[in-house]
Amino acid sequence: MKLKLSLFGITKEIVGSSELELTAPDTQSVAGLMEQLRTDYPKLRDLTSCAVAVNSEYAADDYQLHERDEIALIPPVSGG
Amino acid sequence: MIINCTSATKLRLFRPLVEAKKPPSLILAAYFSLLMLIELTDQPIDVAATIAAVEAEGAGAVNTFIGTVRNQSTGRPVVRLHYEAYDAMAVHQMRLVAKQAQEKWPMLQKIAIVHRKGTLEIGYVAVVVAVSTPHRAESFAACQFIIDTLKKVVPIWKKEEFEDGQVWVAAHP
Repeated sequence: MKLKLSLFGITKEIVGSSELELTAPDTQSVAGLMEQLRTDYPKLRDLTSCAVAVNSEYAADDYQLHERDEIALIPPVSGG
Repeated sequence: MIINCTSATKLRLFRPLVEAKKPPSLILAAYFSLLMLIELTDQPIDVAATIAAVEAEGAGAVNTFIGTVRNQSTGRPVVRLHYEAYDAMAVHQMRLVAKQAQEKWPMLQKIAIVHRKGTLEIGYVAVVVAVSTPHRAESFAACQFIIDTLKKVVPIWKKEEFEDGQVWVAAHP
């Protein structure tokens, strides 16, 4: 399946774009997606943490992604 | 000692928290209800309006936190900050933080959370949290809970600009 990701902050710099489209296995979990991304972009491994948001909620590692999910990488937040 | 000072002197003595000339507010994403004002903007935050938004007849206390841009980070001079946000999720998560506060302190009258993004110079206001409660103790606790939780969960990122480079805060261990 095709997944579309939004990127912010340091992840946007690592990937070099604010959006990323990628092909994932038809059943892909959040943890699996992160492993796929860390392989493609090894600098993601250097981050303190990197969460995944699906439809504006933090997603658990075992969440199964769907093609129409609004997915975003959430590196360590630092608002305030 | 009594110092008589004109408003011009006061301006020199105290750095104004809000820039003098304020363009019309542009709200990027927001949630409003009778009890809650949640806003993300790329314009200067109207601090007085944010505080006024939590006025309530049942409130004996209004507590406000104003987060401003500091001129240094662990001793290293900071030139300015650049804030970035995942707009829709940021407002959604700010609303969840406010709802958690309402559950913890059911006596909360009103809550306002306004965060700014974009490039902010030293002294500029980055975030304002205002709450109103019947008595003061809960207003301090709720206000602190909201800003502390916001800093942990709301998808907003700041990049510190130094004389010799830029760093995304907290990105690396």
